[in-house]
Amino acid sequence: MRAAIIVFPGSNRDADVARALAQSGAEVIKVWHADTALPAGTDLAVLPGGFSYGDYLRCGAIAGRAAAMDAVRAHAARGGLVLGICNGFQILCESGLLPGVLMRNVDRRFICHRQLLRVERADTRFTSAYAKDQVIDVCVAHGEGNYFADPETIARLEGDGRVAFRYSDAAGNLTVDANRNGSLNSIAGIYSENLNVLGLMPHPENFVEDLVGGTDGRGLFTSLAA
Amino acid sequence: MKARIIVTLKTGVLDPQGKAIEAALTSFGLSGIDSVRQGKVFDVEVAGEDRTAAETTLKSACEKLLANTVVENYVIEIA
Repeated sequence: MRAAIIVFPGSNRDADVARALAQSGAEVIKVWHADTALPAGTDLAVLPGGFSYGDYLRCGAIAGRAAAMDAVRAHAARGGLVLGICNGFQILCESGLLPGVLMRNVDRRFICHRQLLRVERADTRFTSAYAKDQVIDVCVAHGEGNYFADPETIARLEGDGRVAFRYSDAAGNLTVDANRNGSLNSIAGIYSENLNVLGLMPHPENFVEDLVGGTDGRGLFTSLAA
Repeated sequence: MKARIIVTLKTGVLDPQGKAIEAALTSFGLSGIDSVRQGKVFDVEVAGEDRTAAETTLKSACEKLLANTVVENYVIEIA
């Protein structure tokens, strides 16, 4: 598994996701946002968390039009894997690789806490190390994670099984309390039509070591490296 | 040529910031405000005097970057 992490001005979780990928056996290469090509043999392009371009205009709006994103778009069109975490998910929505938009959290607050997620399916390249309906313990840290799309898009995502993760309680129930940012249908992450692009707001890369509180995030990276 | 682009949230899209501003105005004791929606204004200087060309350029700017048409509408005003 060769992973290319795209670094934008203002990315700040690139080192964490690099470490999580390397821990699972991936070869990790960092790519500057102004580069027009991904390294030869790239299997996975990663858009890390952070505050690209200071969140100016809209979160992910400027990064979504960066030169490297043309290469990521071409990679995705060839069936290559793409993972966007937090700001990376916002960039995927702004670049048109995923539908919908991440709006300001419903209570207007930046939220930063441990978060339980329900894994909606375990038959994708991103989640094979998990079980369907498994509840995993990771983290969230964002001000704009409130997933929104028009009713037709939501119906299509649900009908095609493209919801990857939902905010849930420990029993896997989709409660209002678990869905702190106000996302439609408690959506925490979605796939592209061909299931090769995943965007999610939570940070699985935070929880890959017992030392920092948990290892439930590891499954995403071991799935990818498998 | 001077132009102004106004970007607003579409009807029905939740606007937590607008709600907060509305609540703040109400808390000042200001009466007569029913609701507030927040938007963005871009003042743009366009080269040349061709209004049609300017409109095409600005429309492209809105579609490509200035507005996210999933949730936002835009209006272009050329002075």
